[in-house]
This record gives sequence, C-alpha cells and structure tokens, in this order.
Amino acid sequence: MTTSTASPRENFRAWLFRPQVAGPLALLYVVIATALLLIQNRSSLWFPLMNICFVPLFLLSPLVVISAPLPSRLKLSAILFMLVILMPIIGMINTSYLELAIQISIFAGLALGLNIVVGFAGLLDLGYVAFFAVGAYLWGMLTSSAPTVFNINGWLLPNWTFYIIIFVAIAAAGIVGVLLGLPVLRLRGDYLAIVTLGFGEVIRVLARNADAPTNFTNGSQGLHNIGKPPLPGFATDITSGISGALGIRMDNPSVVAQQLLFYFIAIVMLVGLIIVARRLQHSPIGRAWAAIREDEVAAIAMGVPLVKMKLLAFATGASFAGAIGVLYAAKQTFIDPQSFVLLQSITVLAMVIVGGMGSIKGVILGAIIVTLLDLHILTNLSLQLNALKNIDFVVPILNFHIRDIPQQLEPAKYQPFVFGLILVLMMIFRPAGLLPEAHRKLELQKTGVAPEDDPNVLAEAIELGEGN
Amino acid sequence: MKVRKVLSLVSASALALALSVSVVQAQDENVIRVASQSPLSGPQSVLGISIRNGVELAISQHSQALVDLGFTVEFVPFDDQATPEVGTSNAQQIAADPSILAVVGHLNTGVAIPSSEVYNDNQLAMVSPANTGVAITDRGYPTINRIAGRDDTQGQAGAQFAASLDGVESVYVLHDTTAYGQGVADFFRAEAEVQGLTVLNFEGTEEASNFESIIQPILALEPDLIFFGGIYSQTGLFISQARAAGYEGIFMGPDGFDSTEFAELGGDAAVGTYYTTVAAPASFYPNAAQYIEDYTATFGEPPQPFSAQAYDSAVIVLNAIAAAAEEAGGVPSREAVATAVRATTDYEGITGTYTFDDNGDPEYATYVIIEVTSGDPAEWGDNTVLESFQAASPLMAAALAAEATPEATPGM
Amino acid sequence: MSSESLSSRRNARIFVPIVTSPLGYRIRGSWFYRFIIFPVGQILLFIIAGTLLLTALSYLLAAAVPEPRPGIVLADQISRQLPGMILSGISLGFVYAMIALGYTLVYGVLKFINFAHSEIFMVGSIVGFEFMRRLFDSGSLGAWNPVILIITVVLAGMLVSGLLAVVIERVAYRPLRGAPRLVPLITAIGISFLIQDGVRAIEALTRNDFNLTYPTNQISWLNTPIPMTFNGAVAGGFNLGGTSFDEIGADGVAYDEFFLGETAHDTLTVGGITLGGTPIRARDVSVGETEFETLTIGERNLEDISGASNVVNIRVTSIIIVVGAMLMLVVLNWFVNGTKTGRGIRAVSQDQSTAGLMGINVNRMVSITFFVGGAFGGAAGALFGLNVGTVTPYVGFIPGLKAFTAAVLGGIGNITGALLGGLTLGLIEAFLNGILAYFPALGQRYTDIFAFSVLILILIFRPSGLLGERVDEKV
Repeated sequence: MTTSTASPRENFRAWLFRPQVAGPLALLYVVIATALLLIQNRSSLWFPLMNICFVPLFLLSPLVVISAPLPSRLKLSAILFMLVILMPIIGMINTSYLELAIQISIFAGLALGLNIVVGFAGLLDLGYVAFFAVGAYLWGMLTSSAPTVFNINGWLLPNWTFYIIIFVAIAAAGIVGVLLGLPVLRLRGDYLAIVTLGFGEVIRVLARNADAPTNFTNGSQGLHNIGKPPLPGFATDITSGISGALGIRMDNPSVVAQQLLFYFIAIVMLVGLIIVARRLQHSPIGRAWAAIREDEVAAIAMGVPLVKMKLLAFATGASFAGAIGVLYAAKQTFIDPQSFVLLQSITVLAMVIVGGMGSIKGVILGAIIVTLLDLHILTNLSLQLNALKNIDFVVPILNFHIRDIPQQLEPAKYQPFVFGLILVLMMIFRPAGLLPEAHRKLELQKTGVAPEDDPNVLAEAIELGEGN
Repeated sequence: MKVRKVLSLVSASALALALSVSVVQAQDENVIRVASQSPLSGPQSVLGISIRNGVELAISQHSQALVDLGFTVEFVPFDDQATPEVGTSNAQQIAADPSILAVVGHLNTGVAIPSSEVYNDNQLAMVSPANTGVAITDRGYPTINRIAGRDDTQGQAGAQFAASLDGVESVYVLHDTTAYGQGVADFFRAEAEVQGLTVLNFEGTEEASNFESIIQPILALEPDLIFFGGIYSQTGLFISQARAAGYEGIFMGPDGFDSTEFAELGGDAAVGTYYTTVAAPASFYPNAAQYIEDYTATFGEPPQPFSAQAYDSAVIVLNAIAAAAEEAGGVPSREAVATAVRATTDYEGITGTYTFDDNGDPEYATYVIIEVTSGDPAEWGDNTVLESFQAASPLMAAALAAEATPEATPGM
Repeated sequence: MSSESLSSRRNARIFVPIVTSPLGYRIRGSWFYRFIIFPVGQILLFIIAGTLLLTALSYLLAAAVPEPRPGIVLADQISRQLPGMILSGISLGFVYAMIALGYTLVYGVLKFINFAHSEIFMVGSIVGFEFMRRLFDSGSLGAWNPVILIITVVLAGMLVSGLLAVVIERVAYRPLRGAPRLVPLITAIGISFLIQDGVRAIEALTRNDFNLTYPTNQISWLNTPIPMTFNGAVAGGFNLGGTSFDEIGADGVAYDEFFLGETAHDTLTVGGITLGGTPIRARDVSVGETEFETLTIGERNLEDISGASNVVNIRVTSIIIVVGAMLMLVVLNWFVNGTKTGRGIRAVSQDQSTAGLMGINVNRMVSITFFVGGAFGGAAGALFGLNVGTVTPYVGFIPGLKAFTAAVLGGIGNITGALLGGLTLGLIEAFLNGILAYFPALGQRYTDIFAFSVLILILIFRPSGLLGERVDEKV
C-alpha cells in the first residue's frame, strides 16, 4: 500500500512522460511556437515584447523535440524538418531570426569545444577565445583586402578555399592548443586559469600589434572585406523562387541566400561537432578525461596517460574553436582584436556553466540562452520601452508615464546589469546548470546544495564539489 | 504507429500554418522609422547619448514633410556598446525591420565598419556624424555616407600646425591602440616626418587610468610636443598625470579630445592643449544657437560634440526620405532612400553645407584647430578656434586637380 | 604567569602562521619584533632586492643592446629614468598588493576566486570620491587637516567596500558553498556586472556623469610634487638642483646666470651660440654635438651632465600610497597572526570542518575574512583614486586583473605572497614600460605580454607561485 502510493504530482509526471502523451505534446509545442512567431505583427506596439517571448520559444523547439520520449527515427526526421525547412523559411520572412540562428550555432560550437576542456577534462581555461582568434585570423589574413603582407604580395586565396581552410584551421588551432598545453601541464585549478587567461591576452595583443614591422594582421584597424564562401549561382534563384511562392517580400534575394548558406554551413558544422563530442565523451578517451577531472592522482595510478590526455583535451577543444573561427570571420567579413577580448572567453564559459558542465545538450541550451540574452532579449527590451515612450504610454492602474523614466535609466544602458542579474539568479537556483550531466546531478543530490549552517556537511560538500 | 500518424499530421499542419501566416504578414504602410546607433552604455556614452539625442531632436522637429505625406515617423535608438559584435547584431535587426529606412550612426570607426557592411548588403542608407576613419568611405559603398571629416586630413593638419608652432622640433606620438586613435596618430606621424619634425617615439597603450610608468620614457626624451591619438576619457587623465610628473611641453590631439570631460579630467593641465577636430563646438557655428537652446531645454544639459552633426545627419536623412517618398508616392524603397541621401546637394545644416561625393565623403569638410583656454568644463565652449579651413575630400581633390591640370599644362 | 605560558603553549600547537618568513621558518621574538620590525623589514627587503635585480637586468640589457634606436643610448636613458621607474613601480606595486590581498584572503578561506573583488576596489575609489566631493561641495574641504582627511577618505572607502564584500558573500556565495567550484566564479562575474552598472546608475542619476574627478586640485599640498634630485649615477657629483655654475666657466664664458634646476636660464652663450627664448631644459645643453664638445667642465664633458633630468617629481599621493599600504599591511599582519579572530580565520582556512568542530563559527569567520579583504580593496581603491585623479565605474577591471595575477604569482592563499607578487608585478611593469619604449619593434604595448610571460615562466618552475605551498595530494 505504502510503497505503491504516489503523489498526484508524481502520477501526473509519469503520465506526462509516456511517449503517447509527451511525443505529440512536444510536436504541438513546435507548432504553437512557430505559429506564435509568425502571427506577430511588426507594426504592433508590443512587437518587441512579443519578439522577446516567442523567439526563444521557437529556437528552443529542437531541444524540446530531442528531449521528448519519441522513437529516435521520428525525432531525427522532426529535427531535420525544423532545421532544413522550417527555420530557413522563417529566416526568409525575418532575416534577423536567421542571423540569431547563425550566431547561436557559432557560440554553441564554441561552447561545445570549451566543454571538452572544462566539462570533460576539468581544466579551467579562461583564454579559450585565443583559439577562436587563430581560426578567424587565419581565414581573415588570407582573404581580406586590407593592406596586409598577404594582400600586397598577392598571396590571397580564392573564396572557395573556405571549405579547405576550415580543416587547416582545425589543425592550426589544435597545434596552438598543444603549445599552450605543454607549459601548463603541471599547473592546476586557479594557476591554470590565470595562465590560460594570460595566453588569451597574448594572442590578442599579438593580433593587435602584428602590423609592424611586417603587416600580418593590420593591427587595430582590423581586417575588412574578408572572403565569404562563394554562393552557387542557383542559390539566389532558389531563394527568390521559394520566397515568391510563399509570398514573402524580399528586397535582395542574394543577401538572404548568402545568409542561408552561412546558416546551413553553421548547422552542418554544429552537427559535426556534436557528433564528435558525443563520440569522444563515451570513448575510452572521454572516460580518461573524466578520471582526470575527478581525481588526477587516482587517474595516474590507474594508468591513464596524463600528459597525452591533457594535451588531447586542449587540442580538441582548440580545434573546435579554430573551425568555428573561420566561419565567424567569413560571416562577419570584419574582425579586429576587439572581437577577441577576455569578456568573450567569459561569455562562452558562462554558456557552459549555465547550461550544465559536461552535458552536451546542456551546453547547447546554455549557448542558446546566453546568446539570446545578449543579442536579442535585452535589445528588444529597450526597443519596447522606446516604442512605449514614443507614444507616451501610461501604465494603467499605476498611472505612470513611461516617458517619465529618467533617460539615465534607459534599459539600453543597462544590458550588462540584466545579464549579471540573470547569471547570479540562475547560479543560485540551478548551481549545476539547467541540464546537468547525469553524474554531477547524482553528486549534488547526494549532498544537497545549500547546507546552510552545518560546517560538517558543508566541508563534505565542498570536497565533493571540488572533486579532489 | 499511432505516434507517427500524429506526427505527420502535426508537421503537415505546421507547414501549412507557416505558409498561410507568412502570407498574412502585412506591413503597416504608414510607419517610417529612422534608427540611430551609438554607445549608450560604457565609458564613451557621454558622446553616444548626445548623438542619440541629436537625432531625436531632429526627428521631432523635421518630420513635418513626411507627416504631411501621411506617414508617422518613429525613432529607434540602438546601443552599439562601442562593440563590433553588438553593432553588427543590431545592424542585422535594423536590416530585418523593413520600416527602418536609414541609420544615423556610430561613434566608433571600429564598430561602423562591420556594421556598415550589413547596411550596404541591405541597401540601407547610413549617415555618420562622427566617424573619421578613412576606411568608412574608401570602400566606395553607395549607401555609406558621412558628414564628418577624415583622419588623414585631420592628422596632416595637426602635424602641419605642430610644425608651425615656435620651438616645437621633436614630438612623441602616443595612441590608444584602437582603430581610430592609431589611425589618426599614424597620419600625424607621417606628416610630422614630412614637415621635418623629429618623431621621438610612436607608442600605443591600453592603459586607462594610471600612466605613471608610461610617462617615464617621455620625461627622459623630453619631447617638445606630445600627440595622443585617443579619446578624452583616457587622454584627459594622461595629460594631468604627465604635468604632475613634470612634463612641461605641449599636448596635442585629435577630435577625441573634444568633450567637456577633457577639461574636467585634465584640469589646469588642459589649458594650452591644442586639438584638431572635424566638429567644432556647437557655439562655433552661427546657425547652431537655436539648436543649443532647444537641446538644453529638452535634455537639461548642453550638447556634446557630434550632437549637432548627428542632428544634421538626421535632417539629411529625413529630407532624403521625404524626397524619395514623394517620388514613389508611398513608402519608398531603401535603395531609393540611399540614392536620395547620396544625391544630397548643398544641404545647409547647422554645422555647414554638405554635398556628398561618390564615396560618401562630404565634398568639403570643415577642420578646425582649437586651443583649450580653461580647465573649467563650463567654459569648454569658449575655447579659442585658432584655425579653421575647408578641405576637399580625396575624390574632390582629385577632380579639382584633374580640372586644373589641362589648363596648367599649356602654360608650363 | 602560569596561565600565560599555558596559552602560549596552546598557541604553539594551533599557531601555524600564514605569514612566514620567505625562508619558511616561523617568526619568533617579542611582539614589537614580530609585528612591526619583521613585516616592515620584509617589505623593504622585497623592494630593495626587486629593485636591484631589475636595475641590474636593465643595465645588462643596455650592455647587450647599447643603441636600440639610432641616437638613443639605452644606458643613458635608463639612468635618467631609473628613479622615476622605481618610484612608479613601487606605488603601482603597493596598489596591486593591496588588491591582491583581497583575492588571497578569500582564497585562503573558501578556496575560490572572488572575481567580483575588482568591483569592490572600484566601489572604494568611488566612495573616496563621493566623500571628498561632498566635503568640497559643502565648502569645508580646505578646513581639514591633511592627514586626517586622507585617513578619513581611506577609512570611508574601507568601510563601504568591506560591508559590500560581506553582503556579496552572504547573498551570492554562501548559498553556493556546496556547488562545483566554477559556479561561484560565474556568480562573481554576474555580480561584477551588477555592481558596475549599479554604481553607474547611482552616479548618473545623482551627478549626471560617471567620470568622477577627485577634487584634489583644490588641495594645493596634494598637488605640489616634491622635486628630488638624483645626481649620483650620471651627473658625476654635480648638484644640478640649485647650484650656480659660475665656477665652471670655460672659454671666458660666464655662467653666473645659468642654473639647471628650477630657474629659467634666459641667456646662455656658449662659444658664440646663444641658447635663449623659452626656458632651456638642461638636456638642450647636453646635446654636445658641435661646439659643446670642446667645452669641458672640470674633467667632464658637458654631455655627461645630462643627468639634470634626473630631477624627479615625487607626487605626494605616491608617498601616501606607500605609507598607507605599509601601515595597513602591518595592521593586517598583526590581525591575522596576533589576534584570536585571526587565529580563527587561519583555522578555518586550514580545515573548515575541524575548525567548526573546535567551536569556531565558520560562517562568521568567512564574513570577517570578506570584510577584511573588501576593506583592503576599498582602501586600495581610495588611494588609487587619489593618485590617478579620476575614477569611473569601469576602473576596477584592469587593476583587478593584474592584482589577481599578482596573487597567483606570489602563491594564492598566501598573504606574504600577495605582497611579494604585487610588488614584483608593479616593478616589472614600470621597468618594462620604461625600457620597451626604446625598442622600435616592441614598444610599451607589449608590456602586458612580457609581464604574463614572466608569470608563466615563474609558474613553470614553481607551479604554486613564488611562496605557494606544495599542494598536498589527497590519495
């Protein structure tokens, strides 16, 4: 009697997670999210606010489908449908959604790479953006029309080599990763953090100063007109054909087609990286990393080749960033040292930790959330307030004129504030991240998260949390 | 089996929904938006906010022509945070909103360059009130314009002026390692060498508050003049610390010095500093008196540099939209607006008369050299204008030269 | 008597000082020796040793590369700049050291990096500004006694920053004590953003501006630098400060009016060439390319007395930084090693659970540690603000980063290490800034890279920093 009694809540959960229920629900979610996104009226006063609510709903739908208890074949086809058909159509209707999707893919790729170093192998890297810069500058220097030594001597590459340079960047960034890894093998924890941070700064300062005596990087002026992967001639026709058939207004199909090309490249790269990361995680290498992360001494005792494994972690993580860097440079067509500051490393680290260290799904979720916050939600929030100001909106009941908000308090000026607040709240309430790795979840459940005033539990928890 | 059925049903309906809704999505035909992009947060927001306010004032005062045509004109300010990524991301969002027909913006050249790539891809007109970097217009994009002068001319003018000063034989050139600061410092150095000045050193520093150790080699080399290519928030502090450390020579800089903050930070050390600028204080322009008054009444403080230029940029944009709208008999296309902006001829604004050349530079831009006369921020507007001259843009200068040559050759 | 010896014996058991001598043995001796002589001596030793080492390295470099650029003799330039470099390095080093203490104290107790500490430093500098500005606005600034004014400004910064640190710990870190160690790192980053923009909002609303300039130019004694003549190395014994040159005439030229110190030298005729007009700096005389070469003074060429630019303006604020920091470090040393609370903190830092079992209130000790660390950050902020003159809500990031580097360099968790790391980093930075400027392909913009390279080099050979303990492995 007592054993079989479940609370109504648990009953509900059990019912909800039955495939017959959850599956269609997940798909219904996708439909509703798509519909909500599309019925927005751009000229509406509340458009920015709706944008804030509906775009994240929609962009999260692939994750919802993947988490739903559906047959894997079905999942796959649903996701394929969303990525290959639904998203591009929506992107044609509003190109800023396409841009968001590309940016998210780029950052998700970065977060996946950092996750290998931090989440899998437990090596705190605060200079991860350096590898990103290696990839970006590799492609940038070889194609930019800035007066670099490559341009002056006519060593520029044609744009189609983009697809080759991605692989060159993987190798180059991997080598740089090993170069960083070698001197820091003996360091751990915070010592490692500060050295990697310094390394990130070194790469940035080099990029900034390598314009004299020989101009490699064009220094602080940055590299402009970086080559884009060439657009096949039929792409524009297809794009304008589809948009014509669907009645989407499109002023310049070739630009949209170029964006779509970037989108597909980004998606293909991201899927590739996810597959590699998954394979690694469940391979002997991944288990060796986990062993190093949990207890280095025990790992050595069990015969894990420490040096090799650490270097491999650095190299793998770096090569992810290198590949993504090439895409980023081509996408932005302009890079300068300012794009590779410490804050970027920290943002990517925030993605990994907010999502859930070590968990691939979590890291991607983290990338979606942080990127949306940065580029979408906060911007639209200030746009919304501005729209309300424009029509002198009065908050009902309170009888407060939006216009009376002092200009010094405009939300546009406080984007970092909101970002910080969300980071803090999220960490306090979900310290293991939103989708924690199964192993860590267990660990935290065992000890409890906030052992307020009991020093014994506290000490135990700290030891477990540190894992050494 | 059942699940699959549901799935196919659902996905089919999703697609149908997507298609039907997209057709429904109609535009409100009567709203025209103008966007601004400038740093509204971070250390440079003093100038950025002033640019934003200038545009807002222009829209509130000059949209009558468009209102008469039946449009509502709205203003959408964006914060580029002085960061390229945020700038481009905003630019994408601006581009995706078809009711935005033009952008006034960017304070930082480093942000303007990548963002303008997006504008140009989307045929969206941009008019910059403040960007002096040469690459902005040298790319020759049909949509990208500016009413500000150029760093090459500014740096040259600065160096020529420095060489004309009594007792200045050696200069020490510093820059802040940004695209703007290093750019203008480079041009200054090149011209200074041409003018026969000894360039003792060319240095970049990211330091923003404590310059004590950076000053040491300067003290040892004893230059007659220090040129610092940078922004007031950094340079104002630098000059005050350099004076305190015992440097007795002259300070000079580009338009990044131009802010009341410079006097605030520099204090007495600021007195006697020379700077070149493409945007003289609003009080320098006889037509801007009304603007200063309106601005102060609306925003409770006097305008900062580039604010009046932002106002002019916005008016140019509004005029162009009105012209294009009249021609189109409805909401004009972005391409038409961009063409109309570029066609702007002899527009008489509060800061000068502007005609764009084929690269988007103003055919003639005003450059002034100013001497700071007081360490009191309240008296910043009273700084002495030592020299002011109009210089032709490179394209215009080439055209003038080509015009002059055939006549000159026969005589030779 | 007996009770005293008992307590001292108990001391001996628990008392494993965090502050040890650099050589690792415990400090014994009288109270005065332990808490005044020893720490001050230690600091002076660091400064002297570091300065000598760097000076020697600089001259070695000058010997290896005598003329990095045409017309620039590196050794001469180094001699001219030496006093200035040393002074700015020391004052920079003390600021880094004081911020680094905050990192290291918190790390010692909680084993995590309080990344928000740079913002606590910033708040200290803003509070110092607000305090002085309010006095200035009420017109009473001039009436204050200089020493009391500085002390009050610093105390105000310490108090607010210390309390802020305690609040941050309570709100943002305590709920996370059980979480993986990276989690509080992210919270700290979030807190940094919150504080930066919070301070900005307050200042923007109340002052409509956030470039906040200390009203130091209203206080003349703070603003008047103390000129100091260094004339050993290059000037070869000539005092160029106030001595007239009438004894060293040559070729029948009278030098009666020629002073190289503070006085202007309107007319100086040397061999028919008149140097005149605006005040001549002494260096103008030392350019002895043509006529001057023949002019000898005593046994030296005029070239050799180019040392006149060795007159260094010592800023009063630099002296305040150095004195203030030394004073506070002595107090901190006494607090950690000489008081009961300090013993509690050390106990918690060694073994939290055992300390708890011994009846020490762990949470209280953590709060106190945060307060002390925050107060040091705040004091550093106020002193920094007084020195540089203007602060913004964004001023904390770079000093914070460098202080963090300093803490790691010295061995994080070790108080003496933080001091040593801060001074080392400050001196290295000042010397690099002074010397790199003469290398055309490098320049000051590479200073940070070289500083980081030094850090990496040191960490390769001493993976736990200069004074860090060897990490004991739990197996």
